[in-house]
Amino acid sequence: MTTTVYVPKDASALSLGADAVAAAIIAEARRRAVAVNVVRNGSRGAFWLEPMVEVALTSGRVAYGPVQPKDVPGLFEARFLTGAAHALALGPTEEIPWFKGQQRLTFARVGIVDPTSVADYVRHGGYQGLGKALAMEPAAIVAAVTASGLRGRGGAAFPTGIKWKTVHDQRAAQKYVTCNADEGDSGTFADRMLMEGDPLTLIEGMSIAGIAVGATQGYIYLRAEYPHAHRALNTAIAAAYQAGYLGEDVAGSGKRFDLEVRLGAGAYICGEETSMLESLEGKRGEVRVRPPLPAIKGLFGQPTIVNNVITHASVPWIMANGAQAYADYGMGKSRGTLPIQLAGNIRRGGLVERAFGLTLRELLYDYGAGSASGRPIRTIQIGGPLGAYVPPAHFETAVDYEALAGVGALLGHGGIVVFDETVDMARMARYAMEFCAVESCGKCTPCRIGSTRGVEVIDRILAGEDGERNLKLLEDLCETMVQGSLCGLGGMAPFPVQSALKHFREDFRAPGK
Amino acid sequence: MRRPQASRRGVRHVYLFDMKTLAPDEHAAVRRILADLKGRPGPLLEVLHAIQAELGFVPEEAVPVVAEGLNLSRAEVHGVVTFYHYFRHHRPGVHTVSICQAEACQSMGAAALTAHAKRSLGIGFHQSTPNGRFTLEPIYCLGNCACSPAVMIDGELHGRVTPERFDELIAQGSVKS
Repeated sequence: MTTTVYVPKDASALSLGADAVAAAIIAEARRRAVAVNVVRNGSRGAFWLEPMVEVALTSGRVAYGPVQPKDVPGLFEARFLTGAAHALALGPTEEIPWFKGQQRLTFARVGIVDPTSVADYVRHGGYQGLGKALAMEPAAIVAAVTASGLRGRGGAAFPTGIKWKTVHDQRAAQKYVTCNADEGDSGTFADRMLMEGDPLTLIEGMSIAGIAVGATQGYIYLRAEYPHAHRALNTAIAAAYQAGYLGEDVAGSGKRFDLEVRLGAGAYICGEETSMLESLEGKRGEVRVRPPLPAIKGLFGQPTIVNNVITHASVPWIMANGAQAYADYGMGKSRGTLPIQLAGNIRRGGLVERAFGLTLRELLYDYGAGSASGRPIRTIQIGGPLGAYVPPAHFETAVDYEALAGVGALLGHGGIVVFDETVDMARMARYAMEFCAVESCGKCTPCRIGSTRGVEVIDRILAGEDGERNLKLLEDLCETMVQGSLCGLGGMAPFPVQSALKHFREDFRAPGK
Repeated sequence: MRRPQASRRGVRHVYLFDMKTLAPDEHAAVRRILADLKGRPGPLLEVLHAIQAELGFVPEEAVPVVAEGLNLSRAEVHGVVTFYHYFRHHRPGVHTVSICQAEACQSMGAAALTAHAKRSLGIGFHQSTPNGRFTLEPIYCLGNCACSPAVMIDGELHGRVTPERFDELIAQGSVKS
């Protein structure tokens, strides 16, 4: 009898040695003349347990981890293929507490399916959403997305249904569906995990969007820093074409939808939607002035949907299970679930998908188990390099767009970077300005010049030059950038600086002062 | 305005009239890439990616060839090549080592790792070792933020990289071609 063993091919798992573990399992099985079928799945997202190996039993999967190649002979010796005990045994995967309380809707199949196989995808409920959508009027699909309360998961949290309706209502010879997969925020990896672990969900979601608004061409704009996701997407797109889910006759509906991946080239600004469209057109990624909105004049001047990976990938679940079922999760105006990423100096880092409403403290201590270094957590940065630094006094805040805004923070793409007490907040503030200076597209003055001046002013403060006056100047500069910048880069880069000044002002003193 | 401006390391030439030309095989590669891709919508980034994948960088001598092939001005092509950090302007070493500088990696010691790497390789960012084996680059997020600090070597990702692990990886790269 052949036993199926899962070894993740997720880039993070690979970065911890998953390929060598897979090779060791195959070699050891051959040596022992045991029949093993190694499937390379995505990661379940508990990176503190990676490389996590799972064995498929008739009762379900059991997990072992973190596994290194040297552990493999011992695992065979202990008969891990029967789910037997071993020092690395974690028991049935679904019963591991870290996973058990999660509410995985968008990530339901990540780490479960073989990301290269359409048949496996369908076996696990894939393409049910598309099937339902194809039986509906396009306007009804848009109405369902609106009713679900889904908001853009890239960070701006704009209601997805409204964006879709705008594109739906345009009359144009050609419309486009684009996916913003330029996941450049530090502390975020949900897009990457989904594209590597369950790319067909993204493909299905974009296909539904195309059917809903009458677009026949889709583009995934993927950052160049993600070569593993690039390969996974291309493999899955080819498989979807092969199986008749992409192309001129999507699932036998007579409707056309084509999809391809375009690579970015290391520009953070291209995560801003109009800059991304410029880049997709092969130009410098300079931000466009709005209006017109991309939904009216987007890619190549045509009506265009621009949604983040997780937004698109949430739609198949909504269509398959109903808008109300999705809206039943969450709190206030934040409906559904959010894949939250725990990163940086955290003991149990990884991906936690839960309904909106759990607190930061639950995430940091119940899931994350505190800092990796064992020192007290001094601050967290939520929402990437443009997100505010949040002090422990605010850790009771719920993960909810409005609740976080209430304490001067933002949720962004749901990444949380943890810092212990050794962090120097003046240095982090300087970094925020420096990053903005490096990544500014240069189109507007507050961002282009302001960020460079910001670095200089912080340097003067730290050198002890006229501290109070320069702190005031820094605050003025931040205000100018927030109010005067054309897009979120210059408009939000001051947030980490302002929050550091507000909560950690003691760090902005010259040494010895 | 007849001669190219003298260029310092890391500073781009300004394209004037005396263009250097590509080697014949490089020229043929660029022409082939243009023939393959020029019919696609908005092809310039795709063309530049293909050139870098084949030649290892985007030589400035390729700019007029690309401009002519896509019916763009040299200025437009130059503007795009220089806008994106990913496109290199110089031939890289055999191995490209990128160390993440973003916040999550900073929280786990990326600054110390970077200082170690610079010392250990004897070069700074955007430089190559004198033997041409290694090029060192900063990178802003590899999506490995729960396994920081992260390093990418020739497209292979490494997590929780300590200075000792960094030296092991470099030692492997020193013997591998």
